[in-house]
Amino acid sequence: MNHLGFDTEKLKIGSFDFTCCEGCQLQLANKEATLPEFLALLDIRNFREISSERLDDYDIALVEGSITRSDEVERLKAIRAQAKVLVAYGTCACFGGMNAQKNKFPKEECIRTVYGDKEIDTMQESHKISDFVTVDYSIPGCPVNKEEVERIVVSIATRSPIGLPKYPVCVECKQRLNTCLFDLGEVCLGPISRAGCDAVCPSGKTPCLGCRGPADDINYASFTDLVRDKGLSTEEMREKLAFYNGFTEYLNHEG
Amino acid sequence: MKVDFNIDIHHLPRVEGHGDIRISVRDGKLADAKWAVVETPRFFEVMVKGLSAERVPFLTSRICGICSISHSLASIRSLERAMQITPPETARVIRLLAMHGETLQSHALHLFFLAAPDFAGTPSVVPLLQSHPEVVEAGLMLKELGNELSIATCGRATHPVSLVLGGVSKAPSKQRLAEIRRMNVERRAMLDRASDFFMTLRIPEFVRETEFISLRDGESYPYIGGNLVSTDGVVRDENDYLLMTNEYTVDFSTSKFTRVSRESSAAGALARFNNNFDQLHPRAKEAAAAFGLQPVCHNPFMNNVAQLVECHHIVASTEAIIDQLLDDDLKDIRTSYKPRAGAATGAVEAPRGVLYHYMETDENGKVVKADCIIPTTQNNANIHHDLHALAEQALAEGKGEKEVEKLCEMLVRSYDPCISCSVH
Repeated sequence: MNHLGFDTEKLKIGSFDFTCCEGCQLQLANKEATLPEFLALLDIRNFREISSERLDDYDIALVEGSITRSDEVERLKAIRAQAKVLVAYGTCACFGGMNAQKNKFPKEECIRTVYGDKEIDTMQESHKISDFVTVDYSIPGCPVNKEEVERIVVSIATRSPIGLPKYPVCVECKQRLNTCLFDLGEVCLGPISRAGCDAVCPSGKTPCLGCRGPADDINYASFTDLVRDKGLSTEEMREKLAFYNGFTEYLNHEG
Repeated sequence: MKVDFNIDIHHLPRVEGHGDIRISVRDGKLADAKWAVVETPRFFEVMVKGLSAERVPFLTSRICGICSISHSLASIRSLERAMQITPPETARVIRLLAMHGETLQSHALHLFFLAAPDFAGTPSVVPLLQSHPEVVEAGLMLKELGNELSIATCGRATHPVSLVLGGVSKAPSKQRLAEIRRMNVERRAMLDRASDFFMTLRIPEFVRETEFISLRDGESYPYIGGNLVSTDGVVRDENDYLLMTNEYTVDFSTSKFTRVSRESSAAGALARFNNNFDQLHPRAKEAAAAFGLQPVCHNPFMNNVAQLVECHHIVASTEAIIDQLLDDDLKDIRTSYKPRAGAATGAVEAPRGVLYHYMETDENGKVVKADCIIPTTQNNANIHHDLHALAEQALAEGKGEKEVEKLCEMLVRSYDPCISCSVH
């Protein structure tokens, strides 16, 4: 099989979902113009959302979602045992995601509010998958960016080096010639979040909420100074930093 | 011949989320039939407590990767009503176009990727790429059209970025709108080709009379807001959603069940069709007639056809909506507001049916209480009772284990369930 000039074996791939909205898996079915070509690269062995076939001889596992229940840990470990390469796919898998918003409430309160007296199994915290298994590659994003997924899957197939942008969203936002949201009076996490999304949120005039987590070597002190110097709300900044659970260490940092 | 068998489908494939079908047959008779949702709860109603209202739609849109625009707009509608914010007319039209994009994308995904393989006897859409390439191409191009509408109106197809309280944060460019209008005109032929294909498929004959619930405003086919109505004649105000849902828990499902006038009820494309047939575009009515679909239809498998009819309605109405925006200066798109205390329900017609978000805010605009009731939650009980009736009918017709299993899988899929969304 030939793809983009490379001769490769078809990748035996499985896609698996845990606690999540399955939006990242949906991205695999998007970008319709290149979808048949992308599918031609793959031998889909197990992908419950689109196929009834369930075969366990996959080499690559794409894992979506966070871990919030004990039975998910066992299923995740079984997937890890089979897969030669395990990819954490999306913000929930990479960081615990917005599911971690429930962490601030005792689980008993969560259960009582939604289910009353019914017994429900749930963990106190929403976990990223690397809390339980070794992860070979991470593709953050809520949802993931299909171009990036295609690039990384093709890189795995062609054994090319894989990397995420190290620079922040601000760089991509400037390239798109957007008005800075700080100048419009908004707290935006663009200066400290990892790029690779083409600054999709600030380009829609909506502040970045950091779904791709921190960029490499961020200047967090300078970012908090910026928020204060602009006279913006520190409370709002903290709400945004906590949104996807990617900035926990920085939140704790500040105390 | 008297037979014993168990059907135990763990994590039903080609649906969103995790649900099991459990059926047991003893001496050739149905002993038990269950629709069991085993999805992990996520507790969205708790997560939003204490969150600023303006951030809430960005959180609740993550309830669902397929209908994130509906979730976003349901939260926005409930919070705007709670805090007495009136968005500009231009924003209202942009939001309607966003709903059209999402519904088209979602219906195309369901019809071509999830349901069609059942009717064609293949495990997934992949073999159809070889056997029916023109049909898969039509499906992909319709799905792409839906996504392009969503991207133009929301900044992104999944998890919208520009749908905000008070309106929209950025208007689509006129150039983009004109391009999508051309794309829409070109792709009418794709929809006709898809309809021809679906016309060749055999829809199982199964009828269990039920109550269909949807929105209705009496002026247009329903998308955002309106009265809550049922085919049994119930009419409620949007804020009285609890009387239209009556949620309860069952021990074999992490998702709740609901009921109104009967033991169960149904939401979704067929419910909208049954309650709002008169509001469909003439081209959609023609499509329905070609399939012999008339209100009130009680065959749940016809939900697939109702989705196709809705695709006709969307493609036929999109050009007029875009023309309205092309005539607009697209400047008045967002109203500023002050946070205030309030409470209200926002109901929208998500692709899978009526979706309710109820929100209460304090004087600082923080959410203090929330409730979300998702279409699949409202369909769970109907799926559950349908499974029972369908399995009994199939056994009476002398069908064997494999045939019963396949029919039951198809039945659940025909509801296009969004299981992970239905569980909190």
